Amino acid sequence: MINFRLIAAVLGLVIVGVVAFCAVFAGWIVPHDPFVQNLDGRMIPPLFMEGGQAGHFLGTDQLGRDYFSRLILGARISLLIGVATVITSGLIGITLGLLGGFFGGRVDDVVMFAITCRLSIPLILVALTVVGLVGSSLTVVVLTLGLLLWDRFAVVARTTTMQVRNLDYVAAAWASGCSVTHIILKEVLPNIVHHLVVVATLEMALAILLEAALSFLGLGVPPPLPSWGLMIAEAKDYMFFTPWVIMVPGIALFVLVLGINFLGDALRDILGATRDA
Amino acid sequence: MSETLLDIEGLHVRFGGMHAVRGTALKVQRGETHCLVGESGCGKSVSALAVMNLLSRGARRDATRMEFMGQDLLGLSESGMSKLRGDAMAMIFQEPMTSLNPAYTVGSQMAEVYTRHRGGSRNAALLRAAALLAKVGITAPEMRLAQYPHQLSGGLRQRVMIAMALMCDPKLLIADEPTTALDVTVQAQILRLLLELQRELGLAVLLITHDLGIVARMAHRVSVMYAGEVVESAPAEALFAAPTHPYTRGLLECVPVPGRVRRDEKLGSIPGTVPRVREGFAGCGFRERCSQAMAECAGTIPARERVPEHRYLCRLAPDWRAA
Repeated sequence: MINFRLIAAVLGLVIVGVVAFCAVFAGWIVPHDPFVQNLDGRMIPPLFMEGGQAGHFLGTDQLGRDYFSRLILGARISLLIGVATVITSGLIGITLGLLGGFFGGRVDDVVMFAITCRLSIPLILVALTVVGLVGSSLTVVVLTLGLLLWDRFAVVARTTTMQVRNLDYVAAAWASGCSVTHIILKEVLPNIVHHLVVVATLEMALAILLEAALSFLGLGVPPPLPSWGLMIAEAKDYMFFTPWVIMVPGIALFVLVLGINFLGDALRDILGATRDA
Repeated sequence: MSETLLDIEGLHVRFGGMHAVRGTALKVQRGETHCLVGESGCGKSVSALAVMNLLSRGARRDATRMEFMGQDLLGLSESGMSKLRGDAMAMIFQEPMTSLNPAYTVGSQMAEVYTRHRGGSRNAALLRAAALLAKVGITAPEMRLAQYPHQLSGGLRQRVMIAMALMCDPKLLIADEPTTALDVTVQAQILRLLLELQRELGLAVLLITHDLGIVARMAHRVSVMYAGEVVESAPAEALFAAPTHPYTRGLLECVPVPGRVRRDEKLGSIPGTVPRVREGFAGCGFRERCSQAMAECAGTIPARERVPEHRYLCRLAPDWRAA
């Protein structure tokens, strides 16, 4: 029998691994400066299409910049936004969820109220408004998304904490003289972290997509930075005549998000399995 | 060497309107096993948790006296209390399968307890952990130290729990139904281990159980709890020789003796269930289920003494017979 889960896991690992490698070593990989324009060499098709030129593997864009180089640098921007957003939102969400789930009562009421408030905020609308008012930059995009995407972390951390806090080993920890902080951070957190890792992968994919959406609407990272969403946005005016300019970043985005989700599923299986033994 | 280690008097625990423990008195001498017996819901575990001050939120605890090694537990701060927990008084639980944290190795959990209370290096703590694992009868302790709880069987985990409780040389070990979840054979091993450890280390054990077979094997002193009260308290031999409270007698009749009980013979049972006692309840908690109940059982029940050290809480004379 073909093990689809294993295939998906390996595929996810390879995709994320390759993109992460590109992101980290972008400076060494890029064959051309991704910012240098060449108005004589605009819209060169990729190598495997008719009219492709050696030296421009994926062709050039409307300003004659090497598309492959921009895609690789774009991986850095996209992953950076994904990771930074997940760290920000994870810190907020996990802290709130742990506190609410562990202490219950009043504390939990406050946390639940915050979660409900957050869920009633239309994500894209607020992100657009904030970025539109403050002005777009990488930091602003990360902070905005980070401050908006913590709800799932909080919900998952809260419910899993509630399950764990009443388990016997937590009682045993109390009975062996642990402090509250020790119990939350050392007894509860390690036992819910496998749920949170899965949430993190989902949120990372979501953050990358949201950044693409913001960039597409012209409010994400400012040009000439090559984020994948921005590349799609810039390419949309030319898609009827030169469809590859929108296909290349579009496929890259699709594959990366798919890979992250595969990886999340695999992590859930692996981490879940060791607990249930 | 009859020195009182734990001395509780007039302990009350209330959960909202429920009166879970009503004026319990308990004395545990140094180096003796004190068994707390009763059905589920009698307040045995709650009393033990009250000693550790580990009751769940919403529980109120008060007592006229609560002393441990001459130290007043009632006035002790939370940080003072957590210095005692796991150090001078340790606790083991009913479910060995879930009492160990699945995220850490056995060794790191054991070392953690020790370094928290005693400081010192992690390696020293691990050495002590290995020595204690060997003491509780675990072969290849070094290998076990590196294993995670899910790699151990139930009996092994309970041995690990016991070893972990012994890390800081506790004076008092509270064992809340430590063998209930185990096979009978493993149960016997664990009980033997507890007996040996107690003899060797001079440990006082407060053993909570509903199994009178365990009591007969382990106890120096027995307190029978019913509906939040200690209804009878006596040295173990005295209690088994002359059970006086109707509830104690009822409990003893419920124990089947292999060889003496015939097939198809009806086992003894006490009709009804433990009442949930609300605030303001008066009289004997057992009167609804008691064959000897009379109108006066709803009034104040005298605390009687059969012989010195053998006290019980009933209107009946010490030598009553079932009519």
